[in-house]
Amino acid sequence: MKHFDVVIIGGGPAGMAAAIGAREQGASVAILERDVRLGGILNQCIHNGFGLHYFGEELTGPEYAERFRKKVLSDSGIKVYLEAMVLSLTEDRVVTAVSPTEGLIELSAGSVVLAMGCRERSAGAIGLIGTRPAGIYTAGMAQRLSNVDGFLVGKEVVILGSGDIGLIMARRMTSEGAKVKLVMELMPFSSGLKRNIVQCLQDYDIPLRYSTTVTRVTGKERLTGVYVAPVDDKLQPILEKEEYISCDTLLLSVGLIPENDLIAGSAIEMSRITSGAVVDEYRQTSVPGIFSAGNVLHVHDLVDNVSEEAYVAGTAAAKYARGAIEDTPCMQVTTGTGVRYALPQRIHKGEGTVRLYFRVDKVYRGMTVTARSEGVLLKKKKTMVLAPGEMQYIEIDKSLVMGDVCVALEE
Amino acid sequence: MDTTCIMCPMGCALTITEENGVVTVTGNTCPRGAKYGVSEYTDPKRMVTTLVKVRGGGVLSVKTSAPIRKTLVPAALKAAAGVLLDHSVHAGDVVLADVAGSGEDLIATADLVYTEK
Repeated sequence: MKHFDVVIIGGGPAGMAAAIGAREQGASVAILERDVRLGGILNQCIHNGFGLHYFGEELTGPEYAERFRKKVLSDSGIKVYLEAMVLSLTEDRVVTAVSPTEGLIELSAGSVVLAMGCRERSAGAIGLIGTRPAGIYTAGMAQRLSNVDGFLVGKEVVILGSGDIGLIMARRMTSEGAKVKLVMELMPFSSGLKRNIVQCLQDYDIPLRYSTTVTRVTGKERLTGVYVAPVDDKLQPILEKEEYISCDTLLLSVGLIPENDLIAGSAIEMSRITSGAVVDEYRQTSVPGIFSAGNVLHVHDLVDNVSEEAYVAGTAAAKYARGAIEDTPCMQVTTGTGVRYALPQRIHKGEGTVRLYFRVDKVYRGMTVTARSEGVLLKKKKTMVLAPGEMQYIEIDKSLVMGDVCVALEE
Repeated sequence: MDTTCIMCPMGCALTITEENGVVTVTGNTCPRGAKYGVSEYTDPKRMVTTLVKVRGGGVLSVKTSAPIRKTLVPAALKAAAGVLLDHSVHAGDVVLADVAGSGEDLIATADLVYTEK
């Protein structure tokens, strides 16, 4: 069995940044990637808007990926296994994978970084009613077929969900000559960026209806249309107002779920809110030596944040592998009014600053974000607007922390 | 003209009017919104990111070297759709010069290793 200081599962933005972080600590690194190349979903995100925070310039997805890929591939201390599907991970950190070129791969690891990314919620996951014809795709699947494989998945398109991938695909399909008839959103607000609503929908006169959903789909071989209806304040469709829209394609942009199947049933403590692991500020899970970063930990809206988080995890994983992480007592990070989750969920006592990332549960205006420990204010931050789709952070000084920390919104 | 400000998640609803050559933005809550409103009214620009075809199958992602006039976007997309690559390129290489008369080039955003089929 081959041994590496750090074994990284997933070669997308998180896996690559983790590898770079680990290498800077001098660790030997292996990346296991199931696709034919590194880069993950960035490879199919041909639009720009990546890297503004991390590189200070606007890049497309492939360009952002290439910056990391070059660094990883030129480093002889990183062994990259492509087309390698990881089958299992044990608590004592033996990773088993298969690949067409290597056959069975068994690696023992000083530490492991989980960087498997996330998966899209599908038609089954939202209980879509009606027939099961061809023409119903998740937005990301349609994106891959278009931008990597070169196939346009349909000509008359309706999109359910106004997340960024749905908005981007509305523009993409329009650019390739398809007619996007409608984008609808179940909630009264979009989780997508304002920029995407303006530049992907308004620029192309694509209508966006809030508080609206698909009630059923029709078609035998191929989708022929969808019924849509507005929803009431309990999100239940008002069927009297149901309306038929003919289309050959329905794209679903209805949420992302961290892809944690590999650790399902393991001893790793999971968060029911993020669907990812519960971690400390090093992104270490409840099982020592197993770290988690990127969209497998919690779904991010900016890849820049993924890179930053995974770099932290990779650095810490390398330190763990050489026994350089002290196991000091932890304090819990909890949430108060208006905050859906905060991450990391626990922090170690000590020196230095730590950023607590969080998401709010709805749109708020003019609120103050606070971090308190045993009632004592550690930090506050006044905000104009907070939206669930935009991850925020508040930075605290660890030396001020006396007990558990609570992140909340106050008037 | 009515539009939505994209400078921050506030998404202020802007109304932009012109009188005697003076452009006025209302509905904004900060100076960034006013500046955005004026540029959207006088000279809106967009980056174009799209695909070009590769002879024998496949696609390559491309972008304009800088934002181009919004009114030229449809023509730029049409020009990109007419490209059929038959050689290898590196990310950053010009695929189509001066696309749609915009003064900007269409450049590759990924490497392409072309093999004749």
